[in-house]
Amino acid sequence: MSLSLTNRHSWFEATARARINGLLDAGSFSEILPPAASQPSPHLAQLDLPGAFDDGVVIGYGRLEKKPIFVAAQEGQFMGGAVGEIHGAKIVGLLRRAVEEKPAAVLFLIDSGGVRLHEANAGLIAISEIMRAVLDARAAGVPVIALVGGSCGAFGGMGIVAKLCSAIIISEEGRLALSGPEVIETVAGVEEFDAKDRALVWRVTGGKHRYLMGDCAMLVDDDLAAFRSGATEFLAGWAEPAPSLASLRARQQVLKNRLAAYATYRDGLQVWAALGVAEPESVPLLDRDSLVALKEGLPT
Amino acid sequence: METLEFRFDSKPGVRPDHPALCGVVGSGNLEILVKPGDQPGCCQVHIKTSARGFGTTWRAVIGDFAASHPAGGTAIAINDMGATPAVVSLRLAQALAEYQGGAR
Repeated sequence: MSLSLTNRHSWFEATARARINGLLDAGSFSEILPPAASQPSPHLAQLDLPGAFDDGVVIGYGRLEKKPIFVAAQEGQFMGGAVGEIHGAKIVGLLRRAVEEKPAAVLFLIDSGGVRLHEANAGLIAISEIMRAVLDARAAGVPVIALVGGSCGAFGGMGIVAKLCSAIIISEEGRLALSGPEVIETVAGVEEFDAKDRALVWRVTGGKHRYLMGDCAMLVDDDLAAFRSGATEFLAGWAEPAPSLASLRARQQVLKNRLAAYATYRDGLQVWAALGVAEPESVPLLDRDSLVALKEGLPT
Repeated sequence: METLEFRFDSKPGVRPDHPALCGVVGSGNLEILVKPGDQPGCCQVHIKTSARGFGTTWRAVIGDFAASHPAGGTAIAINDMGATPAVVSLRLAQALAEYQGGAR
């Protein structure tokens, strides 16, 4: 899957609309509430800030290898992809429609720092409604797949939402965590976490680390076509399981074991060594295929 | 934030069925929505910008665009987050080209 730079169309650098166009079958996308029909955020207007016509998220439906698919794509360049009231309502509406219409999947292109703080409680409520709507769609048998590879990653409430999805497909550039690096540094001090150390940030929250830890189902190249083929391949092999208490308990136990094994470590390098990676310091330099091979060779 | 309204005479252009959007409301960038307007020989522009006090610059940039492009019969809405005049000019040309079907 090595790609020359000329054939590569970076997911990281693309806008939400360009990601959708590269992801779905050509020309198949229809937008729900397009910019000319929707309203910018009234909360931002009250704060004297310019809004975006689509409030930073594009929703609609289309096809992926001919299968009917719903899509929500957050625009990370607009206010860090943060979730405001209208932004959240659009995503919730799409997920509820998925329960009714049962598409083959909802693809959720997450690129967000979490709640839009300008909208305070409305943003928090929006995030909690998204969480419920994701679980409702999954309970109705519709897989919800998170695709994470934008500049804002998936943080805060959107980090939780990503983990509530059926699976996460991530690129090396993607990041996934709860509190963002700057938040941790502000609250706990630079001794706890140096948010300016980009390499450290990626060793702790980045796509390769999340993939090695088993948090993400797939690691793909930073390329529109790679996300497209990754999503296609994942859906071909996936049947959404019925929710069960036993599977939640099993998952909880896995997380407890993980906390017990790694809680004292300060850096991804230490975790990778404990996972059985012979040369942890080489991990950041590996390309996607080599890293996938490395993970497949690890003791389980 | 500042809200600005302009109307300039402009050569009538083709009138497609669908609006066009380009750009993103990000730092140093803007989004432009082009829709059909109500007067064939006129380009109406509605701007919301985070940078106050640049009305004269906006008037010059939009006036130049209306004079050099067939933008008659359009209603253009802009959300701006501090784009420079050069970026605004390029985005306007891009948005009109996408609206009129000249760009893919």
